[in-house]
Amino acid sequence: MYFDSLSAALHMEGHGVFVWSVCIVAVLVVAALLIVPRRRERAALKTIAGELRRQASRAAEVS
Amino acid sequence: MWSLFHKLGSPPWLYAISGSLLRWLVPAALVTLIVGLAWGLLYAPPDFKQGNSYRIIYIHVPAAVVAMAGYYVMAVAGAISLIWKMKMADVAMKACAPVGAALTFLALFSGALWGKPTWGTYWVWDARVTSVLILLFLYLGVMALYEAFDNKEAASKACAVLSLVGMVNIPIIYKSVDWWYSLHQPATIKFTETPSIDMSMLLPLMVSTTAFYLLFTCAVLMNIRAELLLRGRRTRWVQELASGAQR
Repeated sequence: MYFDSLSAALHMEGHGVFVWSVCIVAVLVVAALLIVPRRRERAALKTIAGELRRQASRAAEVS
Repeated sequence: MWSLFHKLGSPPWLYAISGSLLRWLVPAALVTLIVGLAWGLLYAPPDFKQGNSYRIIYIHVPAAVVAMAGYYVMAVAGAISLIWKMKMADVAMKACAPVGAALTFLALFSGALWGKPTWGTYWVWDARVTSVLILLFLYLGVMALYEAFDNKEAASKACAVLSLVGMVNIPIIYKSVDWWYSLHQPATIKFTETPSIDMSMLLPLMVSTTAFYLLFTCAVLMNIRAELLLRGRRTRWVQELASGAQR
Protein backbone atom coordinates (compact mmCIF):
# COMPACT_ATOMS: atom_id res chain seq x y z
CA MET A 1 0.00 0.00 0.00
CA TYR A 2 1.24 3.51 -0.80
CA PHE A 3 -0.04 4.96 2.51
CA ASP A 4 1.66 4.27 5.86
CA SER A 5 -1.56 3.85 7.82
CA LEU A 6 -5.32 3.66 7.46
CA SER A 7 -5.73 7.23 8.72
CA ALA A 8 -3.21 8.44 6.10
CA ALA A 9 -5.22 6.60 3.43
CA LEU A 10 -8.44 8.21 4.67
CA HIS A 11 -6.92 11.70 4.93
CA MET A 12 -4.88 11.55 1.66
CA GLU A 13 -3.03 14.76 2.60
CA GLY A 14 -6.26 16.77 2.65
CA HIS A 15 -7.80 15.23 -0.49
CA GLY A 16 -9.47 12.29 1.23
CA VAL A 17 -12.82 14.05 1.61
CA PHE A 18 -13.04 14.50 -2.20
CA VAL A 19 -11.71 11.07 -3.17
CA TRP A 20 -13.73 9.05 -0.65
CA SER A 21 -16.95 11.05 -1.28
CA VAL A 22 -16.67 10.15 -4.98
CA CYS A 23 -15.95 6.54 -4.01
CA ILE A 24 -19.06 6.33 -1.79
CA VAL A 25 -21.30 7.83 -4.50
CA ALA A 26 -19.77 5.43 -7.06
CA VAL A 27 -20.58 2.45 -4.84
CA LEU A 28 -24.17 3.72 -4.44
CA VAL A 29 -24.56 4.21 -8.21
CA VAL A 30 -23.14 0.73 -8.95
CA ALA A 31 -25.44 -0.82 -6.32
CA ALA A 32 -28.45 0.97 -7.81
CA LEU A 33 -27.49 -0.14 -11.34
CA LEU A 34 -27.48 -3.78 -10.25
CA ILE A 35 -30.29 -3.80 -7.68
CA VAL A 36 -33.01 -1.68 -9.36
CA PRO A 37 -33.41 -3.82 -12.55
CA ARG A 38 -33.29 -7.05 -10.49
CA ARG A 39 -36.12 -5.72 -8.30
CA ARG A 40 -38.06 -4.65 -11.40
CA GLU A 41 -37.70 -8.15 -12.83
CA ARG A 42 -38.90 -9.80 -9.60
CA ALA A 43 -41.78 -7.33 -9.27
CA ALA A 44 -42.83 -8.06 -12.88
CA LEU A 45 -42.84 -11.83 -12.20
CA LYS A 46 -44.87 -11.28 -9.02
CA THR A 47 -47.41 -9.00 -10.76
CA ILE A 48 -47.86 -11.41 -13.68
CA ALA A 49 -48.26 -14.37 -11.29
CA GLY A 50 -50.90 -12.37 -9.38
CA GLU A 51 -52.78 -11.60 -12.60
CA LEU A 52 -52.71 -15.28 -13.55
CA ARG A 53 -54.04 -16.30 -10.12
CA ARG A 54 -56.89 -13.76 -10.36
CA GLN A 55 -57.75 -14.97 -13.88
CA ALA A 56 -57.78 -18.58 -12.70
CA SER A 57 -60.05 -17.81 -9.72
CA ARG A 58 -62.44 -15.82 -11.96
CA ALA A 59 -62.54 -18.72 -14.43
CA ALA A 60 -63.29 -21.13 -11.55
CA GLU A 61 -66.14 -18.90 -10.32
CA VAL A 62 -67.71 -18.76 -13.81
CA SER A 63 -67.52 -22.50 -14.32
CA MET B 1 -23.85 -15.13 -37.61
CA TRP B 2 -27.35 -14.85 -39.13
CA SER B 3 -28.66 -17.56 -36.81
CA LEU B 4 -27.40 -15.51 -33.83
CA PHE B 5 -29.14 -12.45 -35.26
CA HIS B 6 -32.38 -14.45 -35.53
CA LYS B 7 -31.96 -15.84 -32.01
CA LEU B 8 -31.44 -12.32 -30.63
CA GLY B 9 -34.93 -11.54 -31.91
CA SER B 10 -36.41 -14.27 -29.73
CA PRO B 11 -37.35 -12.98 -26.23
CA PRO B 12 -37.30 -16.42 -24.48
CA TRP B 13 -33.85 -17.19 -25.91
CA LEU B 14 -32.50 -13.75 -24.97
CA TYR B 15 -33.97 -14.04 -21.45
CA ALA B 16 -32.41 -17.48 -20.92
CA ILE B 17 -28.98 -16.66 -22.39
CA SER B 18 -28.75 -13.35 -20.50
CA GLY B 19 -29.55 -15.20 -17.26
CA SER B 20 -26.67 -17.64 -17.86
CA LEU B 21 -24.32 -14.79 -18.85
CA LEU B 22 -25.17 -12.69 -15.80
CA ARG B 23 -24.34 -15.57 -13.46
CA TRP B 24 -20.62 -15.06 -14.14
CA LEU B 25 -20.66 -11.52 -15.55
CA VAL B 26 -21.88 -9.84 -12.33
CA PRO B 27 -19.22 -11.46 -10.07
CA ALA B 28 -16.56 -10.72 -12.73
CA ALA B 29 -17.63 -7.05 -12.85
CA LEU B 30 -17.62 -6.69 -9.06
CA VAL B 31 -14.23 -8.40 -8.60
CA THR B 32 -12.68 -6.30 -11.40
CA LEU B 33 -14.16 -3.13 -9.87
CA ILE B 34 -12.83 -3.92 -6.38
CA VAL B 35 -9.35 -4.74 -7.78
CA GLY B 36 -9.27 -1.61 -10.00
CA LEU B 37 -10.44 0.76 -7.27
CA ALA B 38 -8.28 -0.71 -4.48
CA TRP B 39 -5.23 -0.63 -6.78
CA GLY B 40 -5.88 2.93 -7.93
CA LEU B 41 -7.00 4.42 -4.61
CA LEU B 42 -4.54 2.71 -2.28
CA TYR B 43 -1.55 1.34 -4.20
CA ALA B 44 -0.88 3.66 -7.18
CA PRO B 45 1.58 6.52 -6.55
CA PRO B 46 0.27 10.10 -6.18
CA ASP B 47 0.47 12.59 -9.05
CA PHE B 48 3.43 14.97 -8.80
CA LYS B 49 1.20 18.04 -9.44
CA GLN B 50 -2.27 17.09 -8.17
CA GLY B 51 -1.21 14.89 -5.26
CA ASN B 52 -3.86 12.39 -4.17
CA SER B 53 -6.86 14.22 -5.64
CA TYR B 54 -5.96 12.68 -9.02
CA ARG B 55 -7.12 9.28 -7.64
CA ILE B 56 -10.66 10.36 -8.62
CA ILE B 57 -9.48 9.48 -12.16
CA TYR B 58 -10.14 5.78 -11.34
CA ILE B 59 -13.88 6.52 -11.14
CA HIS B 60 -14.24 9.67 -13.27
CA VAL B 61 -12.57 8.46 -16.48
CA PRO B 62 -14.16 4.97 -16.60
CA ALA B 63 -17.61 6.44 -15.88
CA ALA B 64 -17.21 9.09 -18.60
CA VAL B 65 -15.73 6.69 -21.19
CA VAL B 66 -18.48 4.09 -20.68
CA ALA B 67 -21.22 6.77 -20.60
CA MET B 68 -20.08 7.93 -24.06
CA ALA B 69 -19.63 4.40 -25.45
CA GLY B 70 -23.04 3.51 -24.01
CA TYR B 71 -24.60 6.34 -25.96
CA TYR B 72 -23.27 4.80 -29.20
CA VAL B 73 -24.78 1.44 -28.17
CA MET B 74 -28.13 3.14 -27.49
CA ALA B 75 -28.05 5.06 -30.79
CA VAL B 76 -27.09 1.97 -32.83
CA ALA B 77 -29.94 0.03 -31.15
CA GLY B 78 -32.22 2.96 -31.98
CA ALA B 79 -31.12 2.91 -35.63
CA ILE B 80 -31.74 -0.87 -35.89
CA SER B 81 -35.16 -0.42 -34.29
CA LEU B 82 -36.00 2.44 -36.66
CA ILE B 83 -34.76 0.78 -39.87
CA TRP B 84 -35.55 -2.92 -39.37
CA LYS B 85 -38.34 -2.51 -36.76
CA MET B 86 -36.58 -5.06 -34.58
CA LYS B 87 -38.34 -5.11 -31.21
CA MET B 88 -35.33 -6.40 -29.30
CA ALA B 89 -33.30 -3.39 -30.51
CA ASP B 90 -36.00 -1.13 -29.09
CA VAL B 91 -35.81 -3.01 -25.78
CA ALA B 92 -32.00 -2.61 -25.78
CA MET B 93 -32.26 1.13 -26.56
CA LYS B 94 -34.66 1.63 -23.65
CA ALA B 95 -32.42 -0.46 -21.36
CA CYS B 96 -29.31 1.63 -22.13
CA ALA B 97 -30.80 5.02 -21.20
CA PRO B 98 -30.99 4.75 -17.36
CA VAL B 99 -27.58 3.06 -17.17
CA GLY B 100 -25.99 5.76 -19.34
CA ALA B 101 -27.69 8.49 -17.32
CA ALA B 102 -26.38 7.05 -14.03
CA LEU B 103 -22.82 6.81 -15.38
CA THR B 104 -22.97 10.34 -16.84
CA PHE B 105 -24.17 11.63 -13.46
CA LEU B 106 -21.24 9.83 -11.81
CA ALA B 107 -18.80 11.35 -14.32
CA LEU B 108 -20.18 14.87 -13.65
CA PHE B 109 -20.26 14.42 -9.87
CA SER B 110 -16.73 13.00 -9.70
CA GLY B 111 -15.54 15.73 -12.08
CA ALA B 112 -17.04 18.42 -9.82
CA LEU B 113 -15.32 16.97 -6.74
CA TRP B 114 -12.04 16.67 -8.65
CA GLY B 115 -12.45 20.24 -9.88
CA LYS B 116 -12.55 21.80 -6.40
CA PRO B 117 -8.99 20.89 -5.28
CA THR B 118 -7.60 21.16 -8.85
CA TRP B 119 -9.34 24.19 -10.42
CA GLY B 120 -10.62 25.84 -7.22
CA THR B 121 -14.26 25.41 -8.25
CA TYR B 122 -16.83 22.63 -8.46
CA TRP B 123 -18.28 23.78 -11.77
CA VAL B 124 -17.31 25.75 -14.87
CA TRP B 125 -19.44 26.28 -17.97
CA ASP B 126 -16.65 25.19 -20.31
CA ALA B 127 -17.09 23.08 -23.44
CA ARG B 128 -16.22 19.67 -21.96
CA VAL B 129 -18.33 19.97 -18.82
CA THR B 130 -21.30 21.51 -20.64
CA SER B 131 -21.27 18.91 -23.44
CA VAL B 132 -21.25 16.10 -20.84
CA LEU B 133 -24.18 17.81 -19.10
CA ILE B 134 -25.97 17.75 -22.49
CA LEU B 135 -25.20 14.01 -22.66
CA LEU B 136 -26.99 13.57 -19.32
CA PHE B 137 -29.98 15.54 -20.64
CA LEU B 138 -30.03 13.38 -23.80
CA TYR B 139 -30.17 10.19 -21.73
CA LEU B 140 -32.86 11.68 -19.47
CA GLY B 141 -34.66 12.96 -22.59
CA VAL B 142 -34.84 9.44 -24.06
CA MET B 143 -36.19 8.11 -20.75
CA ALA B 144 -38.78 10.89 -20.46
CA LEU B 145 -39.82 10.65 -24.13
CA TYR B 146 -40.50 6.93 -23.73
CA GLU B 147 -42.93 7.62 -20.92
CA ALA B 148 -44.53 10.63 -22.64
CA PHE B 149 -46.23 8.55 -25.37
CA ASP B 150 -49.19 6.22 -24.85
CA ASN B 151 -48.46 4.65 -28.22
CA LYS B 152 -45.26 2.66 -27.60
CA GLU B 153 -44.46 2.38 -31.33
CA ALA B 154 -44.48 6.17 -31.66
CA ALA B 155 -42.40 6.42 -28.44
CA SER B 156 -39.86 4.01 -29.86
CA LYS B 157 -39.55 6.00 -33.11
CA ALA B 158 -39.20 9.34 -31.29
CA CYS B 159 -36.56 7.94 -28.93
CA ALA B 160 -34.61 6.38 -31.80
CA VAL B 161 -34.58 9.72 -33.65
CA LEU B 162 -33.54 11.61 -30.50
CA SER B 163 -30.73 9.16 -29.74
CA LEU B 164 -29.47 9.34 -33.34
CA VAL B 165 -29.56 13.15 -33.43
CA GLY B 166 -27.85 13.29 -30.04
CA MET B 167 -24.97 11.19 -31.37
CA VAL B 168 -23.44 14.39 -32.78
CA ASN B 169 -22.66 15.35 -29.16
CA ILE B 170 -20.19 12.47 -28.64
CA PRO B 171 -17.40 13.70 -30.97
CA ILE B 172 -18.03 17.21 -29.58
CA ILE B 173 -17.39 15.90 -26.04
CA TYR B 174 -14.27 14.09 -27.21
CA LYS B 175 -12.78 17.00 -29.18
CA SER B 176 -14.07 19.85 -26.94
CA VAL B 177 -10.74 20.16 -25.11
CA ASP B 178 -8.94 20.63 -28.45
CA TRP B 179 -11.51 22.86 -30.19
CA TRP B 180 -12.17 25.32 -27.32
CA TYR B 181 -10.16 26.79 -24.46
CA SER B 182 -10.95 24.57 -21.50
CA LEU B 183 -9.89 24.12 -17.89
CA HIS B 184 -10.32 20.39 -18.47
CA GLN B 185 -7.08 18.60 -19.28
CA PRO B 186 -6.67 17.02 -22.75
CA ALA B 187 -7.01 13.25 -23.22
CA THR B 188 -4.36 11.30 -21.29
CA ILE B 189 -4.76 8.13 -23.37
CA LYS B 190 -4.92 8.35 -27.16
CA PHE B 191 -5.02 5.56 -29.73
CA THR B 192 -2.44 7.31 -31.93
CA GLU B 193 0.07 8.38 -29.27
CA THR B 194 1.91 6.93 -26.29
CA PRO B 195 -0.11 7.61 -23.10
CA SER B 196 1.14 10.57 -21.04
CA ILE B 197 0.39 8.64 -17.84
CA ASP B 198 2.88 6.36 -16.08
CA MET B 199 2.30 2.61 -16.35
CA SER B 200 1.89 2.31 -12.55
CA MET B 201 -1.14 4.63 -12.85
CA LEU B 202 -2.36 3.41 -16.25
CA LEU B 203 -2.74 -0.27 -15.33
CA PRO B 204 -5.27 0.26 -12.49
CA LEU B 205 -7.10 2.72 -14.76
CA MET B 206 -7.42 0.01 -17.43
CA VAL B 207 -8.71 -2.48 -14.86
CA SER B 208 -11.22 0.06 -13.56
CA THR B 209 -12.38 0.92 -17.10
CA THR B 210 -12.85 -2.79 -17.87
CA ALA B 211 -14.93 -3.08 -14.68
CA PHE B 212 -17.20 -0.22 -15.77
CA TYR B 213 -17.68 -1.79 -19.23
CA LEU B 214 -18.64 -5.07 -17.53
CA LEU B 215 -21.01 -3.22 -15.16
CA PHE B 216 -22.64 -1.44 -18.08
CA THR B 217 -23.17 -4.79 -19.84
CA CYS B 218 -24.63 -6.36 -16.68
CA ALA B 219 -26.97 -3.45 -15.95
CA VAL B 220 -28.22 -3.26 -19.56
CA LEU B 221 -28.81 -7.04 -19.68
CA MET B 222 -30.71 -6.87 -16.37
CA ASN B 223 -32.85 -3.98 -17.65
CA ILE B 224 -33.51 -5.94 -20.86
CA ARG B 225 -34.69 -8.96 -18.84
CA ALA B 226 -37.13 -6.86 -16.78
CA GLU B 227 -38.43 -5.16 -19.94
CA LEU B 228 -38.87 -8.52 -21.74
CA LEU B 229 -41.10 -9.76 -18.91
CA LEU B 230 -43.21 -6.61 -18.85
CA ARG B 231 -43.69 -6.57 -22.63
CA GLY B 232 -44.34 -10.30 -22.85
CA ARG B 233 -46.79 -10.55 -19.95
CA ARG B 234 -49.47 -11.96 -22.32
CA THR B 235 -47.14 -14.56 -23.83
CA ARG B 236 -47.00 -18.17 -22.73
CA TRP B 237 -43.30 -18.31 -21.88
CA VAL B 238 -43.56 -15.35 -19.47
CA GLN B 239 -46.73 -16.73 -17.86
CA GLU B 240 -45.07 -20.13 -17.37
CA LEU B 241 -42.01 -18.42 -15.90
CA ALA B 242 -44.16 -16.30 -13.54
CA SER B 243 -46.18 -19.33 -12.39
CA GLY B 244 -42.96 -21.31 -11.86
CA ALA B 245 -41.29 -18.48 -9.93
CA GLN B 246 -44.20 -18.19 -7.46
CA ARG B 247 -44.30 -21.89 -6.66
